[in-house]
Parts: sequence; structure tokens; C-alpha cells
Amino acid sequence: MTADWTSLLFGKLTLEAIPYHEPILVVTFIGVAIGGLTVLGALTYFRLWGYLWKEWFTSIDHKKIGIMYIVFAIIMLLRGFADALMMRFQQAIAFNGNEGYFPPHHYDQVFTAHGVIMIFFVAMPFVTGLMNFVVPLQIGARDVSFPFLNNFSFWMTVAGGIIVMISLFVGEFAKTGWLAYPPLSDITYSPDVGVDYYIWGLQIAGIGTLLSGVNLIATILKMRAPGMSMMKMPIFTWTAFCTNILIVAAFPVLTAVLALLTLDRYVGTHFFTNTDGGSAMLYVNLIWIWGHPEVYILVLPVFGVFSEVVSTFARKRLFGYTSMVYATVVITILSYIVWLHHFFTMGSGASVNSFFGITTMIISIPTGAKMFNWLFTMYHGRIKYEVSMLWTIGFMVTFVIGGMTGVLLAVPPADFVLHNSLFLIAHFHNVIIGGVVFGVFAGINFWFPKAFGFRLNAFWGKMSFWFWLIGFYFAFMPLYVLGLMGVTRRMNQFDDPSLQIWFIIAAFGAFLILLGIGSFIIQILYSIWKRDELRDETGDPWNARTLEWSTSSPPPAYNFAFTPVVHDVDEWWFMKQNGYKRPLSGFIPIHMPKNTGTGAILAGLSVAFGFAMVWHIWWLALVSFVAIIGKTIHHTFNYNRDFYIPAEEVAAVEARRTQMLPAE
Amino acid sequence: MASHAHSNAHGDHGHHDHHHGDHASHGTFGSYMTGFVLSVILTAIPFWLVMGNVIEDKTVTGVLIMGLGLVQIIVHMIFFLHMDTKSEGGWNMMALLFTVVLVLIALSGSLWVMHNLNTYMMPELTPEAAKQLP
Repeated sequence: MTADWTSLLFGKLTLEAIPYHEPILVVTFIGVAIGGLTVLGALTYFRLWGYLWKEWFTSIDHKKIGIMYIVFAIIMLLRGFADALMMRFQQAIAFNGNEGYFPPHHYDQVFTAHGVIMIFFVAMPFVTGLMNFVVPLQIGARDVSFPFLNNFSFWMTVAGGIIVMISLFVGEFAKTGWLAYPPLSDITYSPDVGVDYYIWGLQIAGIGTLLSGVNLIATILKMRAPGMSMMKMPIFTWTAFCTNILIVAAFPVLTAVLALLTLDRYVGTHFFTNTDGGSAMLYVNLIWIWGHPEVYILVLPVFGVFSEVVSTFARKRLFGYTSMVYATVVITILSYIVWLHHFFTMGSGASVNSFFGITTMIISIPTGAKMFNWLFTMYHGRIKYEVSMLWTIGFMVTFVIGGMTGVLLAVPPADFVLHNSLFLIAHFHNVIIGGVVFGVFAGINFWFPKAFGFRLNAFWGKMSFWFWLIGFYFAFMPLYVLGLMGVTRRMNQFDDPSLQIWFIIAAFGAFLILLGIGSFIIQILYSIWKRDELRDETGDPWNARTLEWSTSSPPPAYNFAFTPVVHDVDEWWFMKQNGYKRPLSGFIPIHMPKNTGTGAILAGLSVAFGFAMVWHIWWLALVSFVAIIGKTIHHTFNYNRDFYIPAEEVAAVEARRTQMLPAE
Repeated sequence: MASHAHSNAHGDHGHHDHHHGDHASHGTFGSYMTGFVLSVILTAIPFWLVMGNVIEDKTVTGVLIMGLGLVQIIVHMIFFLHMDTKSEGGWNMMALLFTVVLVLIALSGSLWVMHNLNTYMMPELTPEAAKQLP
């Protein structure tokens, strides 16, 4: 009788799901609890809850949402990197019968969580955050097309992250690797809740990603300042445009594949099972149709960041703007016809494998063209080695190495030797760290003064860069060597003691990267402390080229008092060359959207829904689902969603800016 | 690509979110009715084909139904979504072409790949072949 009631109330959730018998998790939990309580206590003590809710959580200002995306990504980076560090040390010590501190079932969760978090909750929010912050400013718009949708997208991404984080302390996470291939992820072989956490975390975050893609496409197509034709769009906006097209076209495939897997697990269908006509190979095929474009979703925007950084700090117009645009578009399309290179070894024939091998090699041509464009932009430029520029040069060297190992892996016979080996791990970390992570740090250092009105400290920025760069080479070059020796991925202990030295070197590299991340945190805190010395009142600290630098730092809520008229790709540079005068009068009221808490509330309900689905708590799933629909309908009746900033207020804000600017 | 940039300076007119520029038409009662009637006919024919067992060969019926479905999609796009080559400055057409290309790539590619896998990884196991297995 009691058993019935508990299962009705709590589904599969029991006290046993709390991993109090795992010492590592208990210590982690104590650490997280102390840290979390400290933060919550401090927020309460300083009475910041109201401020955070009113000014940030409910904000539909694209700049604040962009910043929140990046803060979320930094927090998740710490979690994902903690996983990485633990794996590196486990592998460095697990030799000669020493089993290390991770039993296999726990190690499997750690590498799955590391992959999922780093891609979906670090890299994605980082690039989405940058696009959100920068794109409307670059095209001279006041906000994105659908400001509320933007806030909602952000909170759905966070909701997905929360569901993944809950799995750390309630139940467990998937033990399947970051793409959850069946039949391992089917109910037969993964009867636990791990894969369910994976599914619901990604599905809920996926809604956010998809909607933010729609939003940014609409923004770029419909809200550009007058005069800005497609071929006068700044290159970062172009890459953001192509990335969001990729998001909108690719993410539905992931959603569908995961939905089919969900049906297999929840209602006993046989899409991907071993028996009854299921085909696990179809899952692999479908998920990579999403998975390969995903790689370009991450890397295209940072190509845009590097383009902006290079032309700014080389004091030159970007070399080959048109070829850069076409290279981006070509990559966008080609990224859809290479997916099979992720499973050359699954058993296709020679014709299929050679087709996909060749398309994969072809995709390196537009990427190579971009590399030459950056080199020629630097050639004869007066390069200033600011921190963003260091990241860019570090990227150019590192990414070329990663690209070449990628072309090597594109050769099917070579892939048969290297598939699933540490060589592959080294390759994709080489392009994701050397490309995406370096690009994100270049972007953060570049646009931080725009977001907050003061620069980031250069010394700690350089420390962070050098620790990351050297740490990267120490951590991943040994993996190339190990991969060539045939060591496979996802092992938690080894027999051959001669391999150990390479893993120790790799662990040392991970330690250097830890110092790099530490330096980055110090850089931010130190810069906040010394913000008055680092203050930038001009709004254009780097003497940069595009429109976002024409407004104040931080920009006013309305971005631009008057919508600019565009003549050139480097419009702000053009304005500076042609003696642009800021208008000082004639301001009119500005129409703006109002803050709303609906996004945060819907995301909170989605967390409850996801958690209920994971644990089969059907009543809670039903209640939260009805609440989500109800709240959505309720929100459509909210007609009080806009207001005008009065002309006097605009005039006052602009007058303050006039006082800060040096007299001409 | 047409440069149809919109100023977001709404000025002082009351309602926002209305970017009326080179927009598509919103349709008339007549065009909706045409679309509706065409849709009904295009839905009724497949039902009739299946229920009445009109054609012996099941494959022909299947292909026919797929074809009618395709025509139905186009009817919806023209009469309900008001798409033509010029709406939204050509972007609607561009998006449609891109979608069609991607769907074709994903479908034909998957069929090709899965067929290949089926041929090489799932051989018909005759008793003779089974004896040869390692």
C-alpha cells in the first residue's frame, strides 16, 4: 500500500537516488552547497534579489541577455572543466593495477557530462551570447526582432543546464558518451535515469537554441539600418546570420532523433533497438546530420570575431571581404554533406566513404581561404598586440594544426586506423579549443569595454592567454601520439605502463589550463576592482571600425538615439574619416519593449516538467505541462508590453555622453 | 539580394512589430477558398485511391499519393502562406529553396547510406553462407 503511494507521488525517485555512498560526490556536494549558500546569502544580505530580478532576469534588453548567456557559459565552463581535470588525473594515475578514484560507471558519467556540458552549455551559450550582444549593435538596431522570445530562449537554455546539473546529485547522468548512441542508450542497456536526464536537458535547451536562431535571422534580415545592404553587413553579422540558418535547419533533426529515442525508452517503440526491426545505425546517421552542422554553428561566429579583431588591430580594412562572405556561405552549405565522416567505420561501401571523404576535404578550402584573408589583413598592417589579437594569432597557429589533422582523418583508410582513438580526441579539442574557445576569449576581451564601459586588465589577460595556449599543447599533443599508438578513448585505466608518461604530460597541460581559467577569473575581478583606471569614456577604446563602437559604453537601453544611415562595411570608420558629428538635439521619444518575468517562469516550469519526466512522476509532469501552456496563453493577453522613453530622457542621456567625450 | 533595410525608428505611430515594406499580400476570401477547395480535392483523391482499391499495383498508388502530397504542399504555400518569388524581397523563395535542398540532401543521403549499410552489414544469410561464417 505505501509502496503504491510513494511510486505515485515520487515515480522512480527514491532516497537511494541520492548518491550519499559515493565519497567524491558527497565532497562535491558539500563544496557546491557551501559555495551556493554563500552566494545566496550574500545576495540576500546585500538585498540584490530585487535588483537581479528587475534589471536582469526579466530584462528583454538584448545586451543584458547576451551578458547573462556569457555568465551562464562561464559558470558551466567551471563545471565542465572540473570534469576534464578529474579525467586527466584519473588517467594519469590509473596504471599498474591502480584503479584511480573513478570506478568505470562513474567515469562514464563524467566523460558524458563533460562532452554534453562543454558543447551545449558552454560553447553554445558563449557564441549565442556574443551574437545576442553584438549583432543588433552592429546593424544599428535597438533590439532583436522578438525581444521577449530572446529572454525566453535564454531561460530555456538555463533550464536545460539546470536539469543536467541536477543529475549530479539526484540519480545519475548518462553513461553513453555525449551522443548517446543506441543500443547502449536504449532502455535494455541503460535502464537508469541517466539517458533521460540527457534527453530532457537537451530537448528543453534545444527549444531555446532554435528560437534564438529564428530571432536572430529575423533581426538580421529585417532590422538592419537603412543603407546596410547584405554586402555591407559587418563580417561578424554575416557569420552570425549563417550560423543561425544552420541552427534553424539542423536542430530540428536533433529534436526528432531524441524524440524517437524517447519513444523507444518510454513507450517501447523499436526505432533504434537491436530487435523487432529497429536500426541503431539510423540513429548514428541522423544524429550526425545534426552533429556536423553543429560544429560549424560553433565555429562560424568565432571566425567572425577573429575577422573583426584582425581588421581592428591591424588598422586595416578586412582583406577580401567578399571572399570571406562567400567562404562563409559555402561552408554553411558544405557542412550538410560531410556528416558520414563521423562513422566511416560503420560499414558503408567504398563509394559512400570516398564521397564523404572528398566533401570533407573540400570544406577545408573555404576555411583555408579565410586563413589567408586574415594573414593578408595583417600583412603590412600596424598590428597592436592587445589581448584579443594574441588570442587571434594563437588561434591561427593552433587551428591550422587542428585543420590538418582533420583533413588527415577525412581520408577513410586513415580513419579506419584512428577512429575512436585519442587522435580523434586531440583533433576535435584542437579545433574546438583552438577555434571556439580562443575566439570566445578574443571576443570577450574585445567587446567587454563596450558592455561595461571599462577595459579588461591586459596583464591577467596575457597570463590567461599564455597558460591556455601552452597548456593546450601540453594537454593534447600527447594525445595525438597516444592515438597514433592505438590508445582508444573513454578508458578509465590502462595496462601498458609505458603509456603513463604521456598521460602525466597531458595532466600537466590540464593543470596549466586550470591556471589559464584562474587567470581569466582574476582578470575579470581585478578589472572590476580597478575599473576607474580602466574606464573608457569614448565608447571606442580600440579605434575600431563597425557601428557598435559609435555609441557609448555601455550603450544606452535604446542603443542609438537616431538610427544610423550606412554607407560602408566599416561604417564607423567611414564616419570617423568623414568628420561625423554626433547629433545634439532634435531627440524624439523612443519606443521600447517592457520587461517581463514570463520567460523565467516558463523555464522554471520546464525544469519541473523535465525532472518529472525523468523520474516518471506523472502527476507533476501533467501539472507542470498544463501550467506551461496556461502561462503561455496568459502571456498572450499581456497587452502592457511596450513603453516610450521620453525625448527629455534621451536628451539627458545624450547630454551626459557629450560631457564625457573630449571636446572636438 | 534586394536591400530592403528597415529603419527601426518607429517614430510616433502606435503599434510596433509591423514591418510593412515589400510584404506579401495577406490573401483574399477568394484565394483562401481556392486553396481550401484544392486541398480538399487533393486529400479526397488519395483516400479514394486507397479505399476504392482503384489501382492494382500498390507501388503505383504509393507514388501517386506522394506526388499528390507534394502538390498539396505547394498549394498550401501559395494560398495559405502567400509565398511567391517576390515576397519578403525574395527571401521566402531563397529559404524555400534552401530547405528543399537540405531536405533532399538529408533524405537521399540517408537512403544511400542506409542502403549501403544494409547491403554490406546485413547480408542475406543462406544456410551455405552461414557455414562459412568465422
